[in-house]
Amino acid sequence: MRAAAEQMGAVLALIIGDRQADRVVPPTGFTVWLTVLTSAAMAFLAVFALALTLATGRLAERWSDSLAQAMTIRISAPAEQRQAQTDAVLAILEATPGVASASALDASEQAALLEPWLGPDLPLDRLPLPRLVEVVGEDLDAQGLRLRLAAEVPGAVLDDHTRWRAPLVEAAGRLRLLGWVALLLITATLGAMVTLGAQAALSANSEVIRVLRLVGARDAYVARAFTRRFTLRALTGAAGGTVLGMIAIAALPSAEAAGGFLTGLAFSGAGWLLPLLIPLICAGVAFAATRHAALRALVRFQ
Amino acid sequence: MIELKGAGYSYGGGDILGGIDLTLSPGSFHFLTGPSGAGKTTLLKLCYGDLKPSAGVVELFGRDSRSMGRDTLATLRQSIGVVHQDCRFLDHLPIRENLALPLTVTGRNVAAAAESLEQLIAWVGLSHRAHARPPELSGGERQRAALARAIIMDPDVIIADEPTGNIDWEMSQRLLTLLAELNRLGKTILVATHDLALIRAAKAQVSARVLRLAGGRIQAAGSDL
Repeated sequence: MRAAAEQMGAVLALIIGDRQADRVVPPTGFTVWLTVLTSAAMAFLAVFALALTLATGRLAERWSDSLAQAMTIRISAPAEQRQAQTDAVLAILEATPGVASASALDASEQAALLEPWLGPDLPLDRLPLPRLVEVVGEDLDAQGLRLRLAAEVPGAVLDDHTRWRAPLVEAAGRLRLLGWVALLLITATLGAMVTLGAQAALSANSEVIRVLRLVGARDAYVARAFTRRFTLRALTGAAGGTVLGMIAIAALPSAEAAGGFLTGLAFSGAGWLLPLLIPLICAGVAFAATRHAALRALVRFQ
Repeated sequence: MIELKGAGYSYGGGDILGGIDLTLSPGSFHFLTGPSGAGKTTLLKLCYGDLKPSAGVVELFGRDSRSMGRDTLATLRQSIGVVHQDCRFLDHLPIRENLALPLTVTGRNVAAAAESLEQLIAWVGLSHRAHARPPELSGGERQRAALARAIIMDPDVIIADEPTGNIDWEMSQRLLTLLAELNRLGKTILVATHDLALIRAAKAQVSARVLRLAGGRIQAAGSDL
């Protein structure tokens, strides 16, 4: 309870600031730039990791939804029975609850499907291709439909895409997890870098700390002087890195234009507000890392 | 006020101080003398809590220094002003801000204390150097500034470690006069010095007790040399 109150007090003091206290620690060149640049770089990477995480999340959801709603019925029958069996399948689908739409692919649509693999001059009429019926629906009883088709249309086979849907959704989920891991690693790296910077600054200013202790400064005061400085540097650097990252993301080609996964990295709608949390998180990490490093280092001084 | 009872201090297996009995009562003036390496600085550090005794007891204002927490010690330092031979300033701040440092670190309003600060700076004769940085000051000016910083919190005890070590005789006399004035105001003074001429000169101004430290022990004590 007391520790929490002290922590809260430290945060408040950090926000309020103290012009006199800020001047007590001399500015030290390289740790300033080390902290600012590290925070900027980490925030820049964090924007991309966040974009990747959100995009893979959207992708997994989209794949899962679209595949769950779509099924395909393949009708393999002698040429003279093919149309009759297709009609029978469509009739069954019409009477099946949950089917939103069902349509048999015509020859040109099937040719378009095969064109990427077999070329444009495909003699469809000479190939014993099955007819395909595309079914879109929600909460369809795939097993019941499969049994009914087996009984009434022996040449029809229902494919609910389960075999290849699961690995795709799992892959997207793994990508999303990797995105979160990347964000965690970036945060930890930032914490480590700021800790190193703070330790370097504390070592470089050991004489300053000795003087402050000598004139009656408490540990909390000395720690605050360093913590505030490092937190503000991290906040400044991370804000710059985040803005650059967001500009880079916004400059990516739009998903609609190119249609690829990587081009769909851009944030959407309120998602653009999420990267704005990155500088605050970086500042929080810097605050905790510096305060911890400072309080540990101060034990050396009487 | 400050009391050492059989206090000793060891470092690296060797005894630096042993069996020290000393009482600094309110308003007293003590000189601590002895050869270099006798343990004068160590004894002073025990007196302001910078070191904790490895034997015996050191009581600071009635409290055992060994059981004192870091924050308690920091608060206590407001009652003990310390002047070091090397002064220990923050070189990036002007003298005025260095003198106000004890106010700053304890959260006092420096602006509200501006008049007292100016008076103090004038008292040590540094009004014309208030905005200079410590490295720009002479040895004597630095020592006077260190004394001003040590007393800005109106401490009960002032401890000085070789305050005249790096300054000429005239400046030493001036510093001694300031210390004597503070003693007349009721402050307890403890000055470590190997400058016997300074101690003799002090006799004309204050009633000081002289402690001689040798071999880690107080070997002689008297009202004069």
